[in-house]
Amino acid sequence: MALLKPILLVEDDLVDASTAQQALEDLRVRNPVIHKTDGEDALEYLQNPDNPIPAIILLDLNMPKISGIDLLEVLKKDPQLQHIPIVVLTVSKYEQDKLDTFDLGIAGYVIKAVDYDEFLRTMDIIVRYWIWNGLLEKERETQNAEL
Amino acid sequence: MNELKPILLIEDDSVDAMTVKRAIRDLHLTNQIIHLTNGEEAVKYLAHISEKPFVILLDLNMPRMTGLEFLKTIKANEILKTIPIIVLTTSKERQDVMESFDLGAVGYMTKPVDYTKFTEVINTIIIYWNLSEAPKSVITANDKI
Repeated sequence: MALLKPILLVEDDLVDASTAQQALEDLRVRNPVIHKTDGEDALEYLQNPDNPIPAIILLDLNMPKISGIDLLEVLKKDPQLQHIPIVVLTVSKYEQDKLDTFDLGIAGYVIKAVDYDEFLRTMDIIVRYWIWNGLLEKERETQNAEL
Repeated sequence: MNELKPILLIEDDSVDAMTVKRAIRDLHLTNQIIHLTNGEEAVKYLAHISEKPFVILLDLNMPRMTGLEFLKTIKANEILKTIPIIVLTTSKERQDVMESFDLGAVGYMTKPVDYTKFTEVINTIIIYWNLSEAPKSVITANDKI
């Protein structure tokens, strides 16, 4: 893969966003991370044909302007964008949020851990899963090349 | 939480099916594995069970109903569409990947020839979907498909 597709991180909480970026760096993920702080900014990025289409989207649910669920609705109706796997990263344990997002075809619903080591472990599982799917790459990762 | 729920494996190749079952056994996972050999059979099965599988591992190239047709059928059903479907295939065709994701697959894993790597793939899928929260849909036996 010559040019690695980015990971789009949609997260309004700057501390959470920086924690996620740190975790991806600690896990030596090679894909660049693009951070957008709300659904509107994310949509603007995604709908601009000059921008590379992300490999995956890590999506927070509670955000100002366009919420995570609203963004999901728009993306899943867009033929250019509907195939991007979206992993919800949230603190919300509400059953309704799980139902609504699974109805919209998300590719995972992960509760953000407060403790960094725990969060890192969680992110490691997410990263490994998407590496096997051929969408993410790690530095000095050999397993993907052998697939 | 998902540990005891069944895994539905839809695979017509008996060697591949055996490899998946062996990997799950070697990983000491206690999930029951329901193995069906084609999409048509799987649709019938899903229409009559009360406990949804926690993931579906789907082969793409199968007789009668292909994997992609199966995906379309399940994703068109209000209750069954929330079950995560992971496509397991030998094909590296990128077009298949895009089409599977467009149709609602949430994973597309190429089956490695090497058994150790294959076990790693299965392990990663199970760990990931155990980590992911799932909606607690209430299913009644008669109103599914």
